[in-house]
Amino acid sequence: MSTLEIKDLHVSIETEQGTKEILKGVSLTIRTGETHAIMGPNGSGKSTLASTIAGHPRYNVTSGSITLDGEDVLEMSVDQRARAGVFLAMQYPVEVPGVSMTNFLRTAKTAIDGEAPKLRTWTKDVKAAMEQLRIDADFAQRNVNEGFSGGEKKRVEILQLELFKPKFAILDETDSGLDVDALKVVSEGVNRAHSEGNMGTLLITHYTRILRYIKPDFVHVFVDGQVVEEGGPELADRLEDEGYDRYAKGAGAAAIAAAPAL
Amino acid sequence: MTEITTEKARIGAPSAQPFIDGFTEEGESLSPINAAGAKSPLAGASAKSHSHGGGEGIPDSSRAGRLTSYKLADFKPLTGLEEDWRFTPLKRLRGLHSEVLSGAAPAVSVSGPDAVIVETVGRDDQRIGTAGIPEDRVSANAWENFAEATVVTIPEEFEADSEITVNITGSSADAAAQHLVIVAKKFSKAVVVLNHTGNAVVAENVEIVVEDSANLTVVSLQEWDDAAVHASSQQAKIGRDAKLKHVMVSLGGDLVRVTPSARFTAPGGEAELFGLYFADAGQHLEQRLFVDHAVANCKSNVLYKGALQGRNAHAVWVGDVLIRKEAEGTDTYEANRNLLLTDGARADSVPNLEIETGLIEGAGHASATGRLDDEHLFYLMARGIPENVARRLVVRGFLNEIIQQIKVPALEERLTDAVERELALTEN
Repeated sequence: MSTLEIKDLHVSIETEQGTKEILKGVSLTIRTGETHAIMGPNGSGKSTLASTIAGHPRYNVTSGSITLDGEDVLEMSVDQRARAGVFLAMQYPVEVPGVSMTNFLRTAKTAIDGEAPKLRTWTKDVKAAMEQLRIDADFAQRNVNEGFSGGEKKRVEILQLELFKPKFAILDETDSGLDVDALKVVSEGVNRAHSEGNMGTLLITHYTRILRYIKPDFVHVFVDGQVVEEGGPELADRLEDEGYDRYAKGAGAAAIAAAPAL
Repeated sequence: MTEITTEKARIGAPSAQPFIDGFTEEGESLSPINAAGAKSPLAGASAKSHSHGGGEGIPDSSRAGRLTSYKLADFKPLTGLEEDWRFTPLKRLRGLHSEVLSGAAPAVSVSGPDAVIVETVGRDDQRIGTAGIPEDRVSANAWENFAEATVVTIPEEFEADSEITVNITGSSADAAAQHLVIVAKKFSKAVVVLNHTGNAVVAENVEIVVEDSANLTVVSLQEWDDAAVHASSQQAKIGRDAKLKHVMVSLGGDLVRVTPSARFTAPGGEAELFGLYFADAGQHLEQRLFVDHAVANCKSNVLYKGALQGRNAHAVWVGDVLIRKEAEGTDTYEANRNLLLTDGARADSVPNLEIETGLIEGAGHASATGRLDDEHLFYLMARGIPENVARRLVVRGFLNEIIQQIKVPALEERLTDAVERELALTEN
């Protein structure tokens, strides 16, 4: 049983106009076996939270803490966080020219486990996981994300999720840009990983659509860098009917109207 | 001696007048605002600075107008201001441009299939001078001073099943001259590897004759000791339906300057010019290539990739592609990519494209120099891969594109290892 704990997190970025605060005091606790959905309009800071947990250098934590079973995550480098069990499925996975998927997956698995995977079982595992996610076998020979379509990139993110078996999976708008078939395949992958019982999931999404396939235990609504409402799965249903407009009537109205898409 | 002073339309030369709104001679300006004119930043000073061959009516304004001669005396002493020497630190040439090259030339030994003919010949051998005429002072100096030449001939219709290795091993720091001739006879197929190692101060001419329908790969490896100085002019003449793949790899040496050229002499020819270089602190690695589309319906593709690390690591790439008036149906593309791994390194990259006929299939050029992409590193590190391993993966991947072109497994492996050793230096 593991716990990822975020306490009063404040995060800013440097822009041409100066320092801009994006997260304004976020607190969240995720335990093994739980699925938390973070929902909110564009520009509310959802992706900032995901990237900050993973350690993207663009985001500066000005106060607050992130701990994993009591260990200070903010003190860890990006790769240390991953090895500690944090996995970020990226919203826009980058292409890495000249590095084959096979080589990449094996290198990452070796780094995460601290030892090289047994060649025979590893090859079998990769093949089986690819088949389940309906990824063509020839992708293994191709370079990381190079020439993959948007949907293919997202499937490959979930492939890594299934192979690396993290303690906590953060899915940053994994559903965006997917058609229904791809969404189902991807959701099944997340559910498979989750059902092994050793993972907590933080699902970040703009839409409620993915919540038909991945059932959250908790829903947090993000507006202007803060959690404005929390509840169970019923909150997602309400958002589906009403949208985010009712939050805009409050303090965050100007921010929502002016918020740039991050 | 030939000296052509005909005025050529030169891509990048300043044009007085835009012919089509939104277009300069350099291509599309994307917006009419950028069209030539007093207020335009693109078509004015910057367009002029983009070209390095002088202006209209100046002999050097076209690559075709360059002086060629077997005689050293025809070339003026170098000042370092010449277009083709302006990036080269002449002081470090160790006299290759100014002294009599009387040192002992690096030893040459050739291994390969029995059918391949290897000869050591005197200066009067009739095959010498068949593929090219020196185009610069150092090349002419080498031509005047070489004592004997090695001629490697791949017989007609012979298809070599293993590579031909020419080991060129230096053991002296006295300025020397070297001459090699490679002849791929009609319908032959072979891979020739020029393996430059040891210590040397040498000016070299390599003549490459690719006869009709021959398919020749020449890999020139410069893995010299740290102090070596090497200037190599490698001129290829490509026959009808013939194919040349030239792969230049410069890793070791204090100053290495390779100037490959490919000249099409009959239609249907194809040339691929690849290059890989890895410049460390203080190293000067220069490559200037020329593809001469002198006849119709030929294809060329150029890709040079380099990595640089350390203080005063310097790489120079100048790519000249000339499509002459006769060369209708030409299809050509050239690109150079540089990866700056540390501060203090410098890459100069100048792609030049001259087009004298509009009746072509395609012509393009590109150049990009940048740092290791932080997003690449982040992605790999977010999967648990430590930074040093991630950096290696990305750089190896970047250079692999060239290594994969060699298609000689043992050699590819050796170069991959050499790149790994270079990368290990970054971490120290």
